[in-house]
Amino acid sequence: MADTYLQIIFWAFFVLMAIAGVRVVTSRNVIHAALYLVATLLGAASMYVLLYAEFVAWVQVLVYVGAVVVLMLFGLMLTRAPIGSANFDNNQRLVAAVCAGLLFAVTSFILVRAFDGQEIDFTSTEGTKVQSIGEAIFSIYVLPFEIVSVLLLAALVGAVVISRRDEGPVED
Amino acid sequence: MPVAYFLVLSALLFSIGVYGVLARQHAVLVLLSVELMLNAANINLVAFSAMLGEAGVPGQVFALFVIAVAAAEVGVGLAIVILIYRNRRSVDIDEMSLMKW
Amino acid sequence: MGGDGVNALFLAAEQIEGVEVTRTGLFPDLMWLVPLLPALSFIAILFFGKKFPDKGHSVGILAIGVAFLLSLAGFIDLVTGAQTVEKHWVWYELETLELTFGMNYDFLTGLMFVVVTFISLLVQIYSTGYMHDDERYSWFYAALSLFTASMLLLVTSDNLILMLVGWEGVGVCSYFLIGHYWEEKPNSSAAIKAFITTRIGDVGFMFGIFALFILAGTFNITEINHLAEEGAIAGPSLTIAALLLFCGAIGKSAQFPLHVWLPDAMAGPTPVSALIHAATMVVAGIYLVARLFPVFEFASGGVPLEVVGVIAAITMLIAAFLALIQDDIKRVLAYSTISQLAYMFAGLAVGVFTAGIFHLLTHAVFKALLFLGAGSVIHAVHSNNMSDMGGLRKYMPATFKTYIIGSLALAGIFPLAGFFSKDEIIGGALRAGIDGTRATAWIVFASALITAFITALYTARMCIKTFWGEYRGHGEPHESPGSMTSPLWVLGGLTLVVGFLGFPVIGVFKYWLFAEGEVAHEFELLYNVVLPVITVGGALIAFFLAYKWFYRNEWRFDFRKTSFGWMYGFAERKYYLDDLYLGGVVKPIQYPLAAATYWANQHVIDGIVNGTARGTIGAASGTYRADQGVVDFGVNGAAGLTNFSGGLLRYIQSGNVQRYAAVLFASIAIFVAVFAFA
Repeated sequence: MADTYLQIIFWAFFVLMAIAGVRVVTSRNVIHAALYLVATLLGAASMYVLLYAEFVAWVQVLVYVGAVVVLMLFGLMLTRAPIGSANFDNNQRLVAAVCAGLLFAVTSFILVRAFDGQEIDFTSTEGTKVQSIGEAIFSIYVLPFEIVSVLLLAALVGAVVISRRDEGPVED
Repeated sequence: MPVAYFLVLSALLFSIGVYGVLARQHAVLVLLSVELMLNAANINLVAFSAMLGEAGVPGQVFALFVIAVAAAEVGVGLAIVILIYRNRRSVDIDEMSLMKW
Repeated sequence: MGGDGVNALFLAAEQIEGVEVTRTGLFPDLMWLVPLLPALSFIAILFFGKKFPDKGHSVGILAIGVAFLLSLAGFIDLVTGAQTVEKHWVWYELETLELTFGMNYDFLTGLMFVVVTFISLLVQIYSTGYMHDDERYSWFYAALSLFTASMLLLVTSDNLILMLVGWEGVGVCSYFLIGHYWEEKPNSSAAIKAFITTRIGDVGFMFGIFALFILAGTFNITEINHLAEEGAIAGPSLTIAALLLFCGAIGKSAQFPLHVWLPDAMAGPTPVSALIHAATMVVAGIYLVARLFPVFEFASGGVPLEVVGVIAAITMLIAAFLALIQDDIKRVLAYSTISQLAYMFAGLAVGVFTAGIFHLLTHAVFKALLFLGAGSVIHAVHSNNMSDMGGLRKYMPATFKTYIIGSLALAGIFPLAGFFSKDEIIGGALRAGIDGTRATAWIVFASALITAFITALYTARMCIKTFWGEYRGHGEPHESPGSMTSPLWVLGGLTLVVGFLGFPVIGVFKYWLFAEGEVAHEFELLYNVVLPVITVGGALIAFFLAYKWFYRNEWRFDFRKTSFGWMYGFAERKYYLDDLYLGGVVKPIQYPLAAATYWANQHVIDGIVNGTARGTIGAASGTYRADQGVVDFGVNGAAGLTNFSGGLLRYIQSGNVQRYAAVLFASIAIFVAVFAFA
C-alpha cells in the first residue's frame, strides 16, 4: 500500500518534471523557460525528499532555485532578453534531437540493464541525519570540501573580474 | 521500488538538457539547459545513496558538492555572457563564430 | 760505413768519422716547421699583405726569423750529437708506386736550412730599405717567402718527386722576382730567358728521375743511394741517369752551356740577386749532386763525376774571363757566381766533397755580402754601371769596408773565408791528379788555378773602379740607410770567421759533412803550405796588375788592336752563345711552331669547345622542359590536391560551438554504445 502511494507520487513528479524539462528547452519565451526550470528544480527537490535526502532537498531549493535561477533571470534582464515570444532555436534542432534521443536510449538501456533488480528500500521511517552528512564532509571529504570552497572563491573573483568595465588609469 | 525508475528519470532529464544545449540559440538558455543536466546527475547520485542506505551518505555529500560547483559555474558563465553582450550587443550564439574558417 | 770497393780509389790517411750520435734531439723533429713557416707567410702576405701598415714585411721577416732560429737550433742539435730524422707520410699509393711527402733532416739539409734561412732573413731586412717605395712591395715579400719555402722544401725532401716540386717552385719564384720590374721589356725578357733556360735543364732532370725510378723502383733518395752504393743498380743506365740529373744541375746552377740566363737575371732587384742568384737557388744544382752523390760516384766508377769536372773546368774559366770585361757591377758578380759555382762542382768532382760544400757555405756568405753591397752602391748612384761610379769609399764608408772584406774573401786571401774553401778544392784537384783517382783532375786543377788568378784580377778591377778614383757619376752619393748597412756588417763579420770552420786538419766542418769513403788528411807540406802560397801569391800579383792597369792606367795597351783582338770581340759577344741560342733554338720554335699551334688552337680546340658548349645548351633546354612539364606538374598537382581537400575539410570548422558540442555528444553516445554492446 505504502508502496503504491510511493509509486503514484513518483510517477506524478516524474511526469511533472518531464513536461517542465521539455518546456524549458522548447519555450519561446525566455522568462517562461527560466520559470519552467524552477518547476523542474522543485520537482527534483521533492524527489530528494522522497529519497530520504531532506538536507539535499533544502539545499537544492535554497541554492538552485533561490540563487541560480535568480542569477539567470538577472542575466536575462541584463542582456535585454526579448519580452514576449521569439524564436530561440538554431538550425541544429534535428541533429540535436537525434543526438539527445540516441543518448537517452543508450544510457537508459545500459542503466536499466546494469541495475536490474536492485531496489530502494523504503521501509525506513527516518530520513538521513544531517549529522552523518556533516561527519562525512568533515572527516572523509574534508579535502574536496576545501577545494570546493576555493573554487567558489575563484568563481566569485573571476566573475567580478570578467564583468568589470574597462576603466582608464586612476587620476592622481 | 526499483532504482531503475530513478535512473531512467535522470537519463531523461539529461537528454533533454543535451537537446537544449545543442538546439538553443540564446546563451542564457544554453546555461539553463546545462543546469538541467547537472540536476539529472544529482538525481542519479541521490538515488544511489538511497539504494545503499546507511552507507550511501557519500552520495548526498557529492550531490551537495555538485550543487556548489554548479552555482560557481553559473556565476562565471553569466559573467562571460554579460561581457559578450557588452562587446557584441548580442547573445546569439550563432553569431559568436569568430573561429570560423 | 760501407762502400769498401771504392776506398781503393783514395789513398787513406784516415777515414773521417762524423759526429757521434748520442741522443735524439728536440729540434730535428720540429724541422718540418721550417719550410712551413715561410709558406704560411706567403699565403698570409698574399691575401692580407696590403692591409698591414707595413705592407706585410713584418710577417715575412717574422716567419723567416723564427725559421732561422729553428734551423740554427736544429743544426746545433745535430752537431752536438742528436740523431738525424726521417719522416714521411704517404700521399698517394699505386701498386708499383708510392708518392710520399717526406722530410729528411741530416747535416747537409741542416746546413742548407741555416744558410737559406739566414740569407733570406738578411735579404728581407735589407729589402725594407731597398724596396721601400716599390709599388708591388707586398707581392715582393710574398714571392720571397714562397721562394724560401720552396728552397727549404727542396733541400729537405726525401724523395725526388718532392724535390722536383721544390725545384720548380724556386724556378717559378725566380721568374716572378727577376721580372719584378716587368714594365721594362728587357726585364720581362730576362725573366722568361731564365725560366726557359732552366726549363731545358729540367727536362733532363725529369728524365733522370724517371730513369732512376726505372732502375731503382723508388723515388726515395736514401734508398736510391743505398742501391747505388751496393751496386744493385749500376751500369751505363745509371751513368746516363746521373748525367741527365746533372743536366738539371747545369740549368739551375748556370753552368756551361746553360749559364746564359744568370747575367741577364741581374735585371731583377738586387736583393733578389743576392738571395736567389748567389746564395740559394743556384746552389740547388750543387745540392742535387751532393745529395745523390753515391749515384754519381758509383756509376761506372765515377764517370758522371768526370763529366761534372770537365764542365766545371770550362765554366769557371769562361765565366771569369767574361767577368773581366763587364761594366755593370752586377754582371761582374753574376759571372763571378757562375765561376764560383763551377768551383763547387769541381770540388765535388775531384773527391773533396767536404770542400765543395764548404765553399758553398762560404760563397753564400761573401757573395750575398757583395751583392747587397752592390745594391747599396747602386742605390746611392742610381746606376748599375761602374763607369758611373768611382771614389765611393769617401762617401760610403760602411759599404766600402764590408765590400772590401767580401772581395778579399772572393779573391781567396788568407784568412778570409774564400781562401780556405778554394784552396781545399784546388788542393783536392791536385791530389786527385797526383794520385790518379780522377782522369780529369789535371784539367780541373789547371783551370782552377788560372781562374783563381783571374778572379783576383776582376775583383780588384771591380773594387778599384767603384771605390777609388774620382766620382764619375751624377749628384752626390751618400751612405745607405741602416736597414741596408746592418746586413752588410753582419755578413762582413761572418765572412771573417766562417772560414775557420774549414781550417785544414783542425777545422771542425769536415766532421759534419762528408762523403762515404772520403778521407781526412794530415798536415802535408805540399798541400798545406806550398799551394796556398802559390794561390795567394797569384792573387797578390793580380792585385798589383789591376792596380797598374785600372788605377794608374799604366801598362795598358789596347788589346783590341793586337792580333788577339778578335778574342775581345768574341768575349764581348759572350762567345756568341746567346746569338746561337736565339737564332738556332728560339726563332725556329717561335715562328713556324707558334703559327701551327695557333691554327690548331683556333680550329681544333675551339671547335671542340664550342661544340661542347652547344651540346650542353641543348641538354640544358631539354632538362628545362622536363622540369617544367613533369616535375612542376607533380609539385603543382600535389599542392592543388592539398588545396582541394583543405577546401572540403574547412567546413568542419564552423566556429559554432553548438555544432562542436553536437559532434561531441553524438560521439559519446556512439562510444558508449560500442563499448557496452560490442
